[in-house]
Formats: sequence, C-alpha cells, structure tokens
Amino acid sequence: MKTEGKDRLAVVYVKLKDGVLDPQGSTIERALDQMGYQGIKEIRSGKIFEITFRENGGGKPEELIDEICRKLLTNPVIENFNFEIVK
Amino acid sequence: MKFGVIVFPGSNCDYDAYMAIKTVIGQPVEFLWHQDTSLRGCDCVILPGGFSYGDYLRTGAIARFSSIMKRVMQFAQEGGLVVGICNGFQILLEAGLLPGAMLRNTSLRFICRFVHIRAEDEDTPFTGICRKGQVLKIPIAHTDGNYFIPEDGLTQLKDNNQIVFRYCDESGEVTAKANPNGSLENIAGICNSSRNVLGMMPHPERASEKILGSDDGRHIFESVVNFFHQGK
Repeated sequence: MKTEGKDRLAVVYVKLKDGVLDPQGSTIERALDQMGYQGIKEIRSGKIFEITFRENGGGKPEELIDEICRKLLTNPVIENFNFEIVK
Repeated sequence: MKFGVIVFPGSNCDYDAYMAIKTVIGQPVEFLWHQDTSLRGCDCVILPGGFSYGDYLRTGAIARFSSIMKRVMQFAQEGGLVVGICNGFQILLEAGLLPGAMLRNTSLRFICRFVHIRAEDEDTPFTGICRKGQVLKIPIAHTDGNYFIPEDGLTQLKDNNQIVFRYCDESGEVTAKANPNGSLENIAGICNSSRNVLGMMPHPERASEKILGSDDGRHIFESVVNFFHQGK
C-alpha cells in the first residue's frame, strides 16, 4: 500500500523586482490618491499561491516548493518570491 | 520549404498565419499540435498569437512546458528558424529562447490597432528583404507587450544587433509618443544571438494583403523564404 503522509500547506508570495515597472500598482496608487487617501507612497502589486501538498518522505518540502517557484510560478527576469510552510 | 504553425489551446491567430503562408506567400504549411513531439520536417516554425492556456499565471508561462516546445527548443538550438508572434513571442521569452520578459501595457489596456515599426537590422533571416530603417505598418493586439530586460541584457541586445524592430511614427522616428505599450527603448521585436529565432509583438499575418489595410507583413515571411532558398 502507498504510504500516505499528512497534508502540508505552503504560501508563496510573488512580487515584481524593485525597479521593474508595475503599471497595476501605479494605477491603484493613483486611485487611492483620487479617493483622498494621503501619505500612500507606493503600491507594488503581487500574487499569492497556496499550495497544499502531501509529504512523501523523500526530499525536503522547502526544496520542492523552491523548485516549483523557480520553474513555473515566477519569471526570474522580473519577479522575486518568498514562501513559508505554514502547516 | 515548409512552414509549421503550432496550435496551442487558446491560440487564435493560427489560421491567419496558416492562410497568409499558404495563399499569400504560396508555401507549403501545416498545423502542429501542442502535444506533438515532431515538427514533421518543417523548416520554419511559427508560434502564433492568441491566449495559450488562457494566459493563466503569466502569458506563455504554461505553453512553454507543452510537449512540442521541447522539440522547438532543440530545433532552435540546431539553428532552425522560429518565429514567435505576439503570444508566440511571450512563449519564446518564457522558454528562454529569447531574453527579457513582458510586463502589462502601461495603459493597462488591450490595444488593437495599426502601428508603425522600423526594421532596425536587415541582417536576419526575417528582415533580409527590408531596407535598414524601413518603416512597416503592422497591427498589434495585446495587453502584455511592454518589453522589459535588465540593463546588462539590454547592452547585450544592442552589442549583438538583436533589436530587430522598434515602434516608430509614420516617418520612422522612434519617439515616446509612437510607443504604444511602454516597451523599453520602443522595442517591438528581437532575435536571439544566433539570429535564427525572432519574437515580435506586431502581427505580420494580419497585414499580409492590401485589403487588410497593409501588406507590409509579407516582408517577414518573404524574407524567410528568400533566406531559406539562398541558404544563408
């Protein structure tokens, strides 16, 4: 029988690198300004991914998530990421 | 010579490219399915425009992992001719066959209209019949066409003459006003350092007959045919 581990949960945060133009962030920033919110200096937009996965005993979960982020979830030319395994 | 047009789920300019090659350029062409693992002897592969895999995650990010792309990457490394148009360009960037990345247009809008682009370099298989500096009228249709590359990458592009097309005005002036999407240095198309892979945001297949408003797009396909038959 297949050995089943427990479900784990990783949360991945992706944002554009500093200096990379963020048209969505700047538009939200201008909207807030028009709405009368003062003192907002900058908005940078990003993405969050919640990854539920099964621990299979082989390999560290951190390595798995890191690999997924590098291979698919982010484009290293324009984006940075970090993640935490919360469960 | 034979052209191949790759069909990804969500491609929507595949038939336009196919028809332009077949009826306007008059060359053999066939469709290649994203799950195929062979290019069936095609001499030039076109990655057409559209919204492959719904453009989910990032444009081109998922298409880049489809079965046929492994073969396309190998083909490109062997010197095969590859043309990515719009979403096809985005896929080539994600696949690392071309340097840089696409950001959202500065206007955040989907822009669909004719623009002018200037052929910056005639020493590529895709611009051989153009004059250096020739202005082409070709439409764009995209939301993510704001080309970005870090400074060292930009220097390399310039040093190797890899910038193939720049957005310009009707007279050929590269100005901020003529830049539709915020692209760095008005970049509309680039090639790889071996010059056999082209990516461009404008759609030459949509400008292949006068009745469509322009037939300047023919220059790209005719250059490819010319290059192929001259063997250089």
